[in-house]
Amino acid sequence: MLLLGDDALLLLRDAALIAGKDLRVELRSRVTINQVAPFAVLVLVLFAFALEPDRGLLTRAAAGLFWLAVTFSALLAIQRSFAIESADGARDGLRLSGLDPAGIFLGKAAAVAVELLALEGLLGVGVVVLYDADLQGATLLLATCLAATAGLAAAGTVYGVLAAGVRVRETLLPLLLLPIVAPVVLAATRASEAALGQAATDGWPWVRLLGVFAVIYVAVGALAFGPLLEDA
Amino acid sequence: MTPAVRLSRAVVLLGRFPALAGADLLVERGEIVHLSGPNGAGKSTLLRACAGLLPVVEGEAEVLGHDLRRERRRLRRSVGLLGHASFLYDELTVLDNLRFAVRAAGAPTSTVEPALARLGLDGRLADVAVARLSAGQRRRTSLAVLVARQPELWLLDEPHAGLDAAGRDLVDDLVRGAAAEGATVLFASHELDRASALAGRQLTVIGGQVHDTQPFASPPATAPSPAFTSAP
Repeated sequence: MLLLGDDALLLLRDAALIAGKDLRVELRSRVTINQVAPFAVLVLVLFAFALEPDRGLLTRAAAGLFWLAVTFSALLAIQRSFAIESADGARDGLRLSGLDPAGIFLGKAAAVAVELLALEGLLGVGVVVLYDADLQGATLLLATCLAATAGLAAAGTVYGVLAAGVRVRETLLPLLLLPIVAPVVLAATRASEAALGQAATDGWPWVRLLGVFAVIYVAVGALAFGPLLEDA
Repeated sequence: MTPAVRLSRAVVLLGRFPALAGADLLVERGEIVHLSGPNGAGKSTLLRACAGLLPVVEGEAEVLGHDLRRERRRLRRSVGLLGHASFLYDELTVLDNLRFAVRAAGAPTSTVEPALARLGLDGRLADVAVARLSAGQRRRTSLAVLVARQPELWLLDEPHAGLDAAGRDLVDDLVRGAAAEGATVLFASHELDRASALAGRQLTVIGGQVHDTQPFASPPATAPSPAFTSAP
């Protein structure tokens, strides 16, 4: 902490305040628990129904299906994150608060990331039970989840605020975000395949790629969130 | 000391429409100023611009020494706006909302409990989710946020709306108390009888411009002329 300046500490304080608020709203509303989590599990189950005749294919595709389910759930979590700011002028209240926009971005992205990590834990169990996946590289899988989640949350928060100001935001966000996070889905799938022993390749270069994506979008979000929030 | 509000030929656009069309206004620190005028005249826009929520695109504009064309974000922590929207989070309790707003503004959290008590929201009501409150209780919660944040400039848009008689009296007491402690209050209200007893000065907003106003009891027979108004 001593290495951080006053500005950085204030930024972290603002981020913690926003993340705490968003997570508290989610705990009280239970939208993630009652709607997003069942949706994510349902996606896994439907994939299982669709590929059931070929059990081997289902197991081989487990990593990709897992990350598709996570990506679809991320869309819902991000839309929810900005929906709570659109009710009864809350977004104006957020702007009036005087919080650092970079702190608001980091806080909202962190809250989305926490929700996604919890969902990934649930979906991980689902993949093992439904798809017969065999975990061989726990460290690699953990690093993949952390890096991919950071990238999804950061990019999602940038495009979430971009879409927040328009009336068709529910349909616009997937159109904006899915092409952008395609590299995350690809890299996370390859790294997860390695962690599940389904590919003979090294998964760590893919994790590094995920890390680079996350760093880029955290930096872009910290710089761009302020102007985007003003225009939303 | 700089004035609380100084606008000179200020223009604010809502889309392409000049909601403030060359407004001149001078409000000294510690004043209580009432804004009157017909619906759509620009009162709310003026208050939102003074809060730093809307950009001033032409003219000069300074609030609490901050240039509204360049330093809107810095200003916001020093300003409290009571608008038509509550700026509250429905899922959070009254207490949670106050704590969040106060922490975000960097004000001491010791002001939260007294503010709740002042607005009659202490006890059981403090732990009720805002979504379950009546319109009047929501209004009181928004006022409690203002009281707890202790802003230098109070911007109140129809502060008596939605409140019972006791609540309206309470608003008047809060405004007088804030001014007595050195804050400046600029409020828009259609309740001329209350406003006349409360304000030290009345201005009229018409067509996006601010005009000097005749005494409360005798409204101007003809359209008032634009004026760069100042404290008596």
